[in-house]
Formats: sequence, C-alpha cells, structure tokens
Amino acid sequence: MSLEDIKKRTVLDPDGKEIEIDPLKDYYCAATPDMKMEHHKSSAPIIEKFANWARSESLWILAFGTGCGAIEMRPLMTPKYDAYRFGIQWRATPRQSNVFIISGYMSVKTLKRAIRAYEQMPSPKYVLGLGSCTINGGMYWDSYNTINRLDHYMPVDVYVVGCMPRPESILSGFDTLKKLIKEGKGEGAAKYAENFEWYKKNQKQIIQDWDMPDYNW
Amino acid sequence: MFKFEEDRSKYPEKNPDGTNIMDLESGKYTKIWQGPIHPGMTGNMSLELIIQGDEVMDCKTHVGYLHRGFEKLMERRKFIQCFPICVRIAVPEPDFNEYCFAATIEELAGIQVPDAAEWMRTLLLEMSRLQSYLAWIGGQSSSFGMGLISQWTTWARDLVLDRFEEISGGRVYHMHMLPGGVRSLLPYGFEARMKDTLEKISQVMADVEKVMFNNSVFKTRAVGLGYIDPLWVEEYGITGPNARGAGIAKDVRKDYPYLKYADLDFEAAVGTDSDVFTRADVRRRDILTTIDLIGQIVEKVPKSGEFMAEVPNVLHWKIPKGQTYIRSECTRGEYGYYTVTDGSGYPRRINVRGPSYTHAIALMERMAINLNIADTAGVMSSLHTYPPEVER
Amino acid sequence: MKELIERLRNKFPVKDEVFQKDALSFITTEKSQAIELVTHLRDYEGYTHLVLLTAVDWIEDGIFQLTYLLNNPAEKKDLGVLVMLDREDPVMTSSHHLWAAMATYQRELFEMFGISFPGSPRLEEPFILEGWHGIPPYRRDFDTKKYSQETYFQRPGRETHDPAEHMKKKMYPEGS
Repeated sequence: MSLEDIKKRTVLDPDGKEIEIDPLKDYYCAATPDMKMEHHKSSAPIIEKFANWARSESLWILAFGTGCGAIEMRPLMTPKYDAYRFGIQWRATPRQSNVFIISGYMSVKTLKRAIRAYEQMPSPKYVLGLGSCTINGGMYWDSYNTINRLDHYMPVDVYVVGCMPRPESILSGFDTLKKLIKEGKGEGAAKYAENFEWYKKNQKQIIQDWDMPDYNW
Repeated sequence: MFKFEEDRSKYPEKNPDGTNIMDLESGKYTKIWQGPIHPGMTGNMSLELIIQGDEVMDCKTHVGYLHRGFEKLMERRKFIQCFPICVRIAVPEPDFNEYCFAATIEELAGIQVPDAAEWMRTLLLEMSRLQSYLAWIGGQSSSFGMGLISQWTTWARDLVLDRFEEISGGRVYHMHMLPGGVRSLLPYGFEARMKDTLEKISQVMADVEKVMFNNSVFKTRAVGLGYIDPLWVEEYGITGPNARGAGIAKDVRKDYPYLKYADLDFEAAVGTDSDVFTRADVRRRDILTTIDLIGQIVEKVPKSGEFMAEVPNVLHWKIPKGQTYIRSECTRGEYGYYTVTDGSGYPRRINVRGPSYTHAIALMERMAINLNIADTAGVMSSLHTYPPEVER
Repeated sequence: MKELIERLRNKFPVKDEVFQKDALSFITTEKSQAIELVTHLRDYEGYTHLVLLTAVDWIEDGIFQLTYLLNNPAEKKDLGVLVMLDREDPVMTSSHHLWAAMATYQRELFEMFGISFPGSPRLEEPFILEGWHGIPPYRRDFDTKKYSQETYFQRPGRETHDPAEHMKKKMYPEGS
C-alpha cells in the first residue's frame, strides 16, 4: 500500500493494450456506512431477544494481536482456561469474525491496519479494549507514536483493566459483553455509522498518509 | 496473455547493473504482503514479497508496528521509573531486560549484589528461558500446520507461569530484579512444587519429541529448508541457536560467564547441518538442558540471607558519568544493553541490542530468495524473531 | 587491551581511552579515519563481530557521539570506537560493505537522529515510523510529552503528585 498505488495512471495490461485506471473508484466502493444496514432490529421483540441471545453465545474473535496483550490471548484458547466452551473462537480473517480485541497500546501504523480490519467486519460487531493502554494511554502516555484514547477512533464496548489482564479477567470481560448484548446495548457498529464523520476526522488527524478509501468494506 | 516460456533461466530479466527487473503490470510478477500477523510468530512484522508463480523473487521486511519510542521515554524518567517500563521491550521474555538494566546501573554506580540475589536472578532467567522456548515450539509447529503441539506446550508454559506468580506476583511481567538485588527470596515449599512442574514438562517434551521430530511431514518439509551458511555468522552477526545450528558454538553463558553460570554444569547444544530441522533440534536439546539447570539451581539457592544491597534514596539517585555494555544469553541470541549516563538523575541514552535486529531484517531478506511461499512462515519462525525488540 | 591500543596509536589518531572493565574499553578517534580504524580492527586484530552502532546526543556540547561496538570472539573482548560528529551537519562515511547488518543500523540512525550516511542502501525509505513529518524524534530538542498531548486526545482525570510537594503539604498544612 502506498500513495503511488492509488493514483490515476495509464498501465499496460497483460493483453498488450494501454488502459487508464483510477484505483479508488475502480477497485473500491465509495459508499459510506448506512444506518439501516448497521442497526439490525427486527420488528418483533421476541425475535430480537432470540437473535441477541444467539449473537452473545457465539462470539468469534479476530486473531490480530495488536500489542502486548496478544501474549495472554493464546493461553485463553488452550484447555486450561478454555474459551471454546463459551463459544469463543479465533478466526483468521475479518469477514468471519465479530469481536475485535484491541490488546494493549496502538501505534499509528497499527491503527491504520486496525481501522481497515474493523471496517471490513460484518455488523453487528463489538470491540473489546484490553489493558490500561486503551483507556488512557497507560505507561506510554507521553509517547509520540501511541494513541491515548481508543474510543475517539473506534467505538469500544467493554474495557478490561490490567497490565496484562489474566485470562480469567478476559473471560470476565467477555461475560460483561454478553450481558450487554443480551440487553440489546451492543450497538457499537451503529454508533460508528452515526458519527462516521467525527471518527474519520479524528483518524485522519493522526494518520498523515491516508492511502486507502474512506470506508473500507 | 504472455506466452509461457519453458526456459526458466531467462527469468527474471536483469537490468544492466545486475538487479532484477520486476515489472508488476506485465502479469508475470505479483506483489503479496504477508501482513502483520503470522501463523506462529508473536509480534507484528510484515513481508513485502514479489513472487513469480510459487517462488519468491524479492523480499522486503517492514517493521514498526510496535514502536513506542522506549529509548526516548527512558530519557524522561528517573532510573527507578525506567525499571517498570524497560520490561515491556521484549514482550514474551521480559526478565532479560530486567537483568541487563539492573546490571548496567550497578556497574556504573559501583554496587555489589549479594550472593543470594545472584542465585535468584539465575533461577528467574532460566525459568524465563524455559517458558519462552515452550511458546516457540508451539509457534514453529503451527507454521507447518501442526496445531496440536501448541496446545500442549502452551499448557506446559502455564505451569511455569504459575511458579513465577508464586515468586513475584505476576504471570507475564515480573519486575523482580531491582537495581541492587531482588525483591524477595523463594516462598516456603517452592522446591517440591518446582520439581513436580519440571516432571510434567519433561513428559510433555517426550511427547513432543515423538510427535514432532519423528514426524514424516515435518521431516519432509523442514530438512534442507532455510540453510544458513557458517560464513554468514560473522557477516550478519548471527548469535544464539541460529549460529549453533550452523556448527559455531557461541553461547554467552559459556564465553562470558555472568551471574552464577560458572558454578553450574551444562553444555550448550550444537548441530551440524544448519536447516530448520537442525535448529529445532538444537532448541529442543536446549530445553532439556534448561530443565536440568533449573533442578540444579533450585537446590543451591540460599534459603535466607541478604538479598538487596544498600542503595541510596532511589528518587534522588545520581549515577556518575560513564558508559558500559552488558550482555546476556536469551533464547534467541545475545541480548545487550548499552547505557550512557551523565551524572544527573536521568539516563542519557539506553540502547537495547536485540538479537532479532539482524535476524529479522538483513538475514530474512537474504534467506527468502527462491523460497516457496508456503515456507516463508516456517523459515521466519525458525529464526525465532521477536519484532518488539527490533523496533523497541 | 593496553597493548592493542598502543599498536593502534602508532597508525591512527586514538585518544581518551577508558578501561571500563577487564574486557571492555572505549577509544575516541577522528571522523576521517574512523572507518579505516574499524576495517583494520576487523581484518587484522580479529574484531569480527559487530555488536551495535548507536548515537548519543550531547546537545549542550553540540555533538553527536557515534559508538561502534566491536567484539573479538576468539579472545572474548569488546572495544568501543567513539566518533564525534558536528550536530549541525551530521554526515558520516558509510560502512555497509563491512557488515551486512550495518545498513539497518544506519537506516535507523538516519530516521531517528537525522545522521546521514551517503551511499547506504535504502537509507531514505521510512523504516519504523510511517507518515512522520517532524524532526527526527530521538534528538533531545524534540519534546515527546508536548507532542503527545497536542496530537492525541487525553482522557481527563490524570494528576501528578510530586513527592516533595506532597511532604511539604503534609508536614506544614498551614503553609508556614
């Protein structure tokens, strides 16, 4: 990914012809998130309650260890702390997951990739902030490369405190998340769609070389 | 489409100065990013590969996803405030940072560490080495598709982390080796629990040896892969099991004995054909050596006595001007701290030399040429790189 | 180490030797002869292992101190070669032909301190930071706390307790 890759230019295609391409329009879609698509509420409350129960009992997390906390995510998937019995699995791609665990501090380079991964996840999606660095910057509060407040760039549902939190704390965080979803309050994706310009303005303020479309889905 | 040429010796075409012409728009070459997360490596580092069919033609490594500016942050903090932050530099193996930081401060300030503290430090470093090697085996086997072994070894690693929690109170970051000594000695009944843990880990290692090292899939894929020439060891600055797999016996514990290694009885494993299989075998033998070493140390640690030297008030501690370098042997190679002080209460410059600095960038770019894409993860895992210490 | 330094003194300008430990010494040399000295150490004296190359910013004296730390694996000794560069115009000859890892160290110094090594491969490409448009961050005149407070949003509620102020308020509550 670089700024030259998304400029309009003329290329020689494999058949030998010269064509003009405009990557941002040809390869990506320029739509912004739609509130109707993000805010799935069915008309009958009993169906909605059943859907929320189903969502909360099968949370698949994206296997992206963004910081220090990745080291305590691995024991979670082994038989000693066993997150599989709660329906929590590690999935490899954003299209197959609906929880994004931000494990610790986020540098500017990782934030760009994390935003791209978050926007590619299908709704409804939830974000769990692990560790004190997502809350107020933690012990890197005066660093020039790490962000201090995660919820200005992504909508966060649950914070788990610690440095690093034990696997049992992470399971307790998942328990809180499940309660939130069952009550119908897991609306992170809708919040993102509603305040889309505000989030984008904050993100573009610190990511200076923005070489992707505005909404990556 | 371009016509399929049977004679592959003509590709890639070369520029007049010898470098490859890799024209991405022609359809012959593809650029693939093997992105920040990898199957089997803890840490974020990406490879920009240009491939032709299945074969890698060019590789560039990109680091910087975990950069926090440690060396800049440490200049703003007093020496005792640097201590909790320096642990987080090498995330899966934090104790070597504590030891090197404390040792440089003690040398520049002229403090002598008591005997019991040196034994405790040796024990903590060996336990940290054991849990890091166990996590590594899980990573190496996952990168070849054998996911079961990482479940076994992560369970075994959790047993070691429980012992750490007994001593220091934390599973991952211990912060036990202060400048001047250690925070406490062993709790009551530690030896019996440690012996029990070591026995369980030995059983897991025997199972891993049967399942992984006698496995025809692993042998077919790993033998002959990722060859490191012994002549590269000096040119690239390779240390640790990567150099020992090539036949060159370099071990800081034997060459520059520090702490109590001169009083202990062990051998560093050396291998001859330096491919992925040999390096994995060298590390497996290192694990067995470490289990034996921990058994020896636990019997020799003093049960009581002085464990902290007299240090002045740490908030107003001014260390005289000077510079020094302390090295230690971590699981990946030579780990060192270069500290410069200027007589005030803040350090002037602390530079961390991690072994992955040379392995992950210069060596990986050299070894990835003409490799199959499916094997890049295996080779990267075999070099045992941790990106956090490359970019700190 | 003393005999080695006497031998080097016959050929190169060597001064300010510091014997830090039995096996570690530091010598200072001129910028114009530094690479020849390092090559001589690598080829004739057996210092074949490069440990690190780093820089220290002495802003009050207006110099950058470059440290080449070399190691002799056969005799198990370390030698640090210090080179002083002018802070206003930090340029140094490149030594990437001596060790393959030297190019990486030089890239990092260019990005973090602004010290230029003309001829080093891929020197200008961004290495660790992405989209950085300020001064090189490891210089001492870059204030990281101020930058962080202005660029990244802070969560309110963080307070600092200076120990001297706290004890003063505790012991003299009326402020006498």
